[in-house]
Amino acid sequence: MTYLLRVLLTLALLTGTAVFAQGEPPAVDTTLVDTTTVAPPAPVTGLTGKDRDNDHGHAIELTWTPSVDDLENPSGARSVLRYRIMMWKPTEAYRVDTLRQMYDMVRSNYAPIRVYKPLVDSALILIDQGMVDVSALPFEVLLPEGINRTDAPAEMMKYVRKALQDTLAAMTAQVDISKDSVKVFRSNFLAAVESLPEAFNANGPSSGHGAWDSVGAEVPGATFFRHAGSKEEVSPDFLPDYADLYYRVDAATSDPAVYTASDVCGPVQASGQWYNSGRTVVLISVIIFTILTVVFVQQARRGKELYVRPLAGIEAVDDAIGRATEMGKPILYVLGLGAASDIATIASFTILSRVAKRVAEYQTQLIVPTYDPIVMTVAQEVVKSSYLDAGRPDDYNEDIVYFVTQSQFAYVAAVNGVMLRQLPATNVYMGKFYAESLILAETGALAGSIQIAGTDEIAQIPFFVVACDYTLIGEELYAASAYLGGEPVLLGSLKAQDYAKALFVVCAVAGFLTLILADATGAHWLAQFKQWFMVAD
Amino acid sequence: MRRQLPFVLVFLSGFFMIFQYFVPHQKSEFVYEFLLDWLTIIGGFAMALGIWSLIRVSYDRIKRQRENWGYSVITLTGLFLMMFFGITNWEDGSFGVYIYTAEGLSNSMFVHFFDFILIPIQATMFSLLAFFIASAAYRAFRARSVIASLLLLAALIVMMRFNPIFGAWIETVANWLMNVPNLAAQRAIVIGLGLGMVATALKIILGIERGYMGQG
Repeated sequence: MTYLLRVLLTLALLTGTAVFAQGEPPAVDTTLVDTTTVAPPAPVTGLTGKDRDNDHGHAIELTWTPSVDDLENPSGARSVLRYRIMMWKPTEAYRVDTLRQMYDMVRSNYAPIRVYKPLVDSALILIDQGMVDVSALPFEVLLPEGINRTDAPAEMMKYVRKALQDTLAAMTAQVDISKDSVKVFRSNFLAAVESLPEAFNANGPSSGHGAWDSVGAEVPGATFFRHAGSKEEVSPDFLPDYADLYYRVDAATSDPAVYTASDVCGPVQASGQWYNSGRTVVLISVIIFTILTVVFVQQARRGKELYVRPLAGIEAVDDAIGRATEMGKPILYVLGLGAASDIATIASFTILSRVAKRVAEYQTQLIVPTYDPIVMTVAQEVVKSSYLDAGRPDDYNEDIVYFVTQSQFAYVAAVNGVMLRQLPATNVYMGKFYAESLILAETGALAGSIQIAGTDEIAQIPFFVVACDYTLIGEELYAASAYLGGEPVLLGSLKAQDYAKALFVVCAVAGFLTLILADATGAHWLAQFKQWFMVAD
Repeated sequence: MRRQLPFVLVFLSGFFMIFQYFVPHQKSEFVYEFLLDWLTIIGGFAMALGIWSLIRVSYDRIKRQRENWGYSVITLTGLFLMMFFGITNWEDGSFGVYIYTAEGLSNSMFVHFFDFILIPIQATMFSLLAFFIASAAYRAFRARSVIASLLLLAALIVMMRFNPIFGAWIETVANWLMNVPNLAAQRAIVIGLGLGMVATALKIILGIERGYMGQG
């Protein structure tokens, strides 16, 4: 009786634990999965394939009508749980896959073998010369149990010699590691890859020379698949251009053995395009903008007076340099964390050029700590040329522009140190800035410097606005060099920018109106206006 | 010729970059990637120049015993120590120099210096941001004018938006502030930036802007 009670109590506890742990058991939709037998589903229909538009090639796009028994179709059997995308691969393609794996092995093994082989060779020479101290070898040798380091060193060295010879043999046995053989292997592999299109063209599914290979899967309800292969011959996903490719889509069920294949689609060929038609609107915009720039630059060259809105930040630069001269304190110029190829950094170089020229004329000290070594090299040339232009080449020294570090906060620490120790009269921050913007600007404010900043990083603009005396917002950074130089030719490009902006505003307003009217009147052709401005990836 | 050659190179490179944006073909991509490889190689050489610059400037400060020259001693010590630990390893009792392989990077001294000195120092610098945000916010939100008062009000609403005390209305208002006026201003800046970038690129490619080469 007691035993029965114990059993019952245990069962009750287990049941209670399971109920409390799991809560309400999930309702099982018995319509989704048939646990007994699955009937072969209806096939996918209307499978078509075409080359992907506006790309570098190596990609095919497939579309189809889902199976009637798709899980997403409530009126069907709902037995299709996924679509398996299959591509026909001729026997030659499988051979190339094997070659690729071997080539990958040769490539990856070559470097370590090249490093270790000379070490093993030198160790063998030492042993042959009578060396018995295993610790004198250029690497650690692991000794098995039974071989003692101290007892019978000659015996031990015999073992080591054998171990090294085996290692050397293992290194060279599978692959010929000479540099030339790797080259030969590569050229053989590439020749096989080049012959792939011919193999695909000659051996379609009807030839029987090959097999279907899965290249992807899609969820129920899907009607589209992009087979984006790789353009790299060494990649396992390589998909050849100008090869006849055949596809089919399998409607797969919960039972791996039960599926229905669609009709074969093909041949389709992938190829690269010479013009991306999805970017036509960008091309037209660039052409219009270039024409505007050239027209206004020509007008400026002919002497036409061009009015541009004054920027307080730019006008403050001269005053700031003058202030530094009067106070006998340096000017700190920070180019930011951008690379030399960033437009913001390039704009900063042009501003640095103007600032350095004035600094050279006023014989003030300039400090330019940099974050990127390429930026440092360019900045050195810029400052050097500016000193030369100002007629003071002797005042230039290489220590004006120097490299600090490529670690973000270490750079901040170094620049903050300069600010607090040398107390510059003026700090100029122009370029790309990230989280360090506020740390720099607040430290500069604490040090009592006049601060002028400019960046195209939208998230950092508020920090500079708060902490600096003058801030160039966004595009003003790019325009600054034109303002500083005051050259009519450069001002002409600013005028072109203003007109382009007006054009953008007109297009934006037209976009709002056409979309609103399309909604209100049902005239969907009006909504097409938006499509003209869509840009492809 | 010495002055003209760089501009010819800039024009050709710039024109090719515009060209390749509209040409997706593999051949165009190949040249583009080839040029980017050059950039990586130049970066490697430039790093050597950068380190040389740091050593020269620091050594000069120490030699002339300029003000605060002690910091330069620390800089150079750190530089050479990390270099030394990064290419050597003496774990398992044997000392080795590893130039070609990455064994040095697992040197326990290198790892300890990195994990227990560099990372905490960097975290300390980053944490300063919290205090600087507070001090900057204090300066920015002083209600000296109607505009500044509006800024203060908007900031308060946005800051309080996740506070459950005020109910759902504050989240609605804050989201409107973020998604309508704030986003509109950001997009205006982005459009200006886009045009500015194209204009700057054009000025450089056409040789109108030469300041970046130190030729104003």
